[in-house]
Amino acid sequence: MVSTTAEVVYQRPESFTDVHTHYCPGCTHGIAHRLIAEVIDEMGLREKTIGVAPVGCSVFAYKYFKMDFVEAPHGRAPAMATGIKRVLPENTVFTYQGDGDLASIGMAEIMHAAARGENITVIFINNAIYGMTGGQMAPTTLPGMKTTSSPFGRDVELTGHPIRMAEILAIMDGSGYIVRRSLHNAANIRKSKKAIRLAFEAQERGLGFSMVELLSSCPTNWKISVRDSMEFIADKMIPVFPLGDYKVSPSLEGLKV
Amino acid sequence: MAKELLKGNHAFAEAAIRAGVEAFYGYPITPSSEFLEYMSSRLPSLGRAFVQAESEVSAINMVYGAACAGKRAMTASSSPGISLMMEGISYIAGTEVPAVVVNVMRGGPGLGNIAPSQGDYYQMIKGGGHGDYFPIVLAPARVQEAIDSIELAFDLAEKYRSIVHVIVDGNMGQMMEPAELPPMKEISKEVPDWAVTGAKGREPNTLTSIYLAPEDEEVTNLRLLKRWKEIEKNEVLYQEYQLDDAEILVIGFGTAGRVASSAIREAREEGIKAGLLRPITLAPFPQERLIELTKQVRRILVVEMNSGMMLDDVMKIVKGQVPVEFYGRMGGMTPLPDEILDEIKRVAANKGPGSDDPRDEWIPRLEGRILGEK
Ligand SMILES: Cc1ncc(C[n+]2csc(CCOP(=O)(O)OP(=O)(O)O)c2C)c(N)n1
Repeated sequence: MVSTTAEVVYQRPESFTDVHTHYCPGCTHGIAHRLIAEVIDEMGLREKTIGVAPVGCSVFAYKYFKMDFVEAPHGRAPAMATGIKRVLPENTVFTYQGDGDLASIGMAEIMHAAARGENITVIFINNAIYGMTGGQMAPTTLPGMKTTSSPFGRDVELTGHPIRMAEILAIMDGSGYIVRRSLHNAANIRKSKKAIRLAFEAQERGLGFSMVELLSSCPTNWKISVRDSMEFIADKMIPVFPLGDYKVSPSLEGLKV
Repeated sequence: MAKELLKGNHAFAEAAIRAGVEAFYGYPITPSSEFLEYMSSRLPSLGRAFVQAESEVSAINMVYGAACAGKRAMTASSSPGISLMMEGISYIAGTEVPAVVVNVMRGGPGLGNIAPSQGDYYQMIKGGGHGDYFPIVLAPARVQEAIDSIELAFDLAEKYRSIVHVIVDGNMGQMMEPAELPPMKEISKEVPDWAVTGAKGREPNTLTSIYLAPEDEEVTNLRLLKRWKEIEKNEVLYQEYQLDDAEILVIGFGTAGRVASSAIREAREEGIKAGLLRPITLAPFPQERLIELTKQVRRILVVEMNSGMMLDDVMKIVKGQVPVEFYGRMGGMTPLPDEILDEIKRVAANKGPGSDDPRDEWIPRLEGRILGEK
């Protein structure tokens, strides 16, 4: 008999529930969720973490994470997270927000949470569109990009320019870790996970506000194939939203994760 | 403890601290700002949470967050700020977490002014935010009562997992009055089993107001309604003055009720049998007591600092059994005892039938008074 030893190389994180998500095929929300769950597992934070879900496609994020969760009004997640973190400073608190949620209706909340240096982590899903409501223009929609409310392509003369949140939040004195990553291929997914890890490390070290912006796909509302969506991120989104570290607290430098 | 001379807003804030408030989040607005200022000086040294938020929208969502964490959380604001909070208030109601909101009402609509008003009656009592929910509303009329109602507000909020509004007008917020503060209460170590605190050694808790399936939302609405029926049964509070033999019933809340009681004292001296019903809980409204009184009194005068909002609720309960009349001042004007005394005298002498809308007769009377005051 040949004896074989099986090695587990891939399994469901403990911080994940055993259910199917409601996300569309090719949507990267699921990948972002998984990365967060893996990081929380690795850091052993599950039993003290409180997540704040947004209004948007990820409104039901709490169904997929096996941890305490609240669901905030549209754009208000950073305020709710502030309210929680201030009364439970020992807990880990993170928000998960789309671009409409964070960069449009919730602009005041995110800016002031960063300005106050709230010791929370924000995972920002930038898919350049309003997914949940059926593909309207977002504050991050690219110039010329067609959406259901910019049917002839976003005309920056009439509708303004995309907002680069990582760059803006990085100049706030209260922020400790602000980066932009992408989820369009395996190499970038790995880098995204590292960034998420560092964002939570920043919170655990009390370094202030941390945010990871993740360039994400929405094949359904972009009305292109999954493969083309990944190319769209690489070719069209990254030039407008350059990947990079916009603020890294010196205390995090050299940290091996 | 002895009585001391206390300023309304400071006294309410200290009462909240002694009742164990663990988080105050607010935004400055006259005439409630002293509340925020007082909290900013007291809470940090007690190790409790204080944030001056970037807006009332944010403040109420911070309250929402702390409430979800199972902590006693509150905010205080004034009319325009309360309008901004309505989204969060609706979410708090929909999530069934306890929270206390103080509204020091001022003249409106719009930016209005900073003078005392009761113009937010509809907004506070009928909901104000979207959807099917029922806020508990306390309307104290003196500083002592406001002190007492803050602790009561937290107790009710927690008992029913409900939003509780304490509404006063700018008179109350700014006035100095002798009152006694309760002793400092120890903060409860008990964590509600529904609170989000980190799922340590238990299944995760989720707190949300979304019920995507209408079937589920309907069951939620029904639960809230049945809870409200319990509140109506158990929690009605009101004050009576000179009602035993009253023929003229005056109904007023807050400052208007208080001014009316001075007018009633004078009316009694002139031999008019007038008495006061002053609801302390506007929601639930003292409906049963009012129904009883309609069998006793000859005429009712509703006095408010608005265009006749509680009047509608009174009319609905009285159902034409007794003629109802109205006297109101608006826009930040507070009625004087003499004005209400004039009204009581007029009502006592009026043998005519009631009107479907007592405002119709009141408007020209008010216009006359405004001309006279010029
Ligand atoms: C106050 C309010 N305004 C509007 C909406 C409708 N709405 C729901 S989700 C959404 C946009 C979500 O887009 P985004 O934040 O980019 O997240 P995505 O769905 O793309 O993940 C909007 C406008 C709402 N629920 N509440």
